[in-house]
Amino acid sequence: MLKKIEAIIREDKLNDVKEALREMGIVGLNVFEIRGHGRQGGITLTGRSGTYQVDMLTKIQVNIVLSDRNLDETIEAILRSAYTGESGDGLIFVSPVEEVIRIRTRERGYDAVMYPGDIDERKGQGGTKPPGS
Amino acid sequence: MGNAINTGDTAWLLVCCSLVLLMTPALAFFYGGMVRRKNVLSTLTLSFVFMALIGVQWVLYGYSLAFGKSIGGLIGGLNYLGLAGVGAAPNPDYAKTIPHGLFAAFQMMFAVITPALITGAFVERVRFKSFLLFSLIWATLVYDPLCHWVWGKGGWLGALGCLDFAGGTVVHIAAGFSALAFALAIGPRKGFGKNPIEPHNITLTVMGAGLLWVGWFGFNAGSALAANGVAVNALLTTNTSAASAGLVWMVLSWLDGRPSPLGLATGMVVGLAAVTPASGFVTPMAAMVIGAVAAPLSYYGIRFRDKRQLDESLDVWACHGLASTWGMVACGLFATTEVNAAGANGLFYGNPGQLAIQLLAIGVTMAFTFGATFLVAKLLDWSIGLRVTTMEEEVGLDISAHGERAYS
Repeated sequence: MLKKIEAIIREDKLNDVKEALREMGIVGLNVFEIRGHGRQGGITLTGRSGTYQVDMLTKIQVNIVLSDRNLDETIEAILRSAYTGESGDGLIFVSPVEEVIRIRTRERGYDAVMYPGDIDERKGQGGTKPPGS
Repeated sequence: MGNAINTGDTAWLLVCCSLVLLMTPALAFFYGGMVRRKNVLSTLTLSFVFMALIGVQWVLYGYSLAFGKSIGGLIGGLNYLGLAGVGAAPNPDYAKTIPHGLFAAFQMMFAVITPALITGAFVERVRFKSFLLFSLIWATLVYDPLCHWVWGKGGWLGALGCLDFAGGTVVHIAAGFSALAFALAIGPRKGFGKNPIEPHNITLTVMGAGLLWVGWFGFNAGSALAANGVAVNALLTTNTSAASAGLVWMVLSWLDGRPSPLGLATGMVVGLAAVTPASGFVTPMAAMVIGAVAAPLSYYGIRFRDKRQLDESLDVWACHGLASTWGMVACGLFATTEVNAAGANGLFYGNPGQLAIQLLAIGVTMAFTFGATFLVAKLLDWSIGLRVTTMEEEVGLDISAHGERAYS
């Protein structure tokens, strides 16, 4: 199974998260600048006269598509690197991915998400047949 | 030789003319930072275009209506149409030691920035064509006559002895109360009061405020129309009022949350607007009081305006109208002939009559500018429409009205 992680994190935690993912061999990722709010509902800013509420805060969304065999340790890495303990640390969404196709080579599925030196190669588990499937 | 040109005075006024010109682009940036990114070019243009529009109007007939031979104290005659006869020779009615043409040019810069101040009321929704028409009518029917009343030779408010050194009535109260009237006529921006409408670039606003402060030395100290002690006093009072108002505003902001940079910049501009009518008549210590009182007046003025759900978008009324109303009152309290022999004493120097004249000038300016602006704006609304369509407003005026975007 291929999975997609969508992690919504603090703007200022992006470098820590990228670092943690690179260390464990997650090579491919996309980063979006997004706006939104969670349970806390936004923050108070100072204006010209007094304060006002802003409910749309800038956040970073990191998207990663990976084999489910790498899922748990990747989530763990994000949990560790994006954590401050304050409100606004973010959320991680995980969903199944039907298909991945690499445009240059037309590779599909697991092959399409493999890169030289990535987490799978390090584990010595390349190829189309993931263990246990 | 009563009317010999003084090169020192002339050089100083040439510089002041440039300084006051700079205030209009400064104001454009001050305002431009406070709107949303989709309307920044539109907001810049609303101010910027006056350098072109009034630059032509003033030479053609504006100067003549304001400073021509008085017709019953109400308006200037047509004797200076096309700046005819306004040249190198001084006009002793206005400034004995500088060329008449320089006085006309210096006054032009005031006529340029005053309607630009009003634009803060209707940014992000005004129809450009209607705005241009309104501006030309306003400059002709409101600014030029009012300027004549207060500063023109024979103008009726000036003849009564109203003290307005650099434009408390003519510029700031006029702009503030016209802004209020226009905001009532055009109505709020879409989503006002429901969704926060955030300033998109405070950096521009802070830069604009800084340039305004610099330009204001030309505005106030230049209004001495000479390089003399009154000019120096005006520069000192201007700086002192801006400083004390900035400090007080910062403290008010801090007590409500954090010391806001937008608040600090706003407070400084409020201090500048407040001291304008009094700058050449009061001492620096009086100016410190003027700034310190102006800050809470405008600060809570904004709060009051906001509570009333009135979208006078960039607070021209609270910042310029209220501050300069106080400045005109303060002039009637603190003015002293020790500072300016050509001025008068205020209440604290034993002349309560001056305060009455100041209050009259304030009342007349408020009623005239508010009434005339509301009427013109409503007439334009009924005839050609003041607002862009909802779709154009949502897209933003940069694209929908001007076909350009600020940031690509």
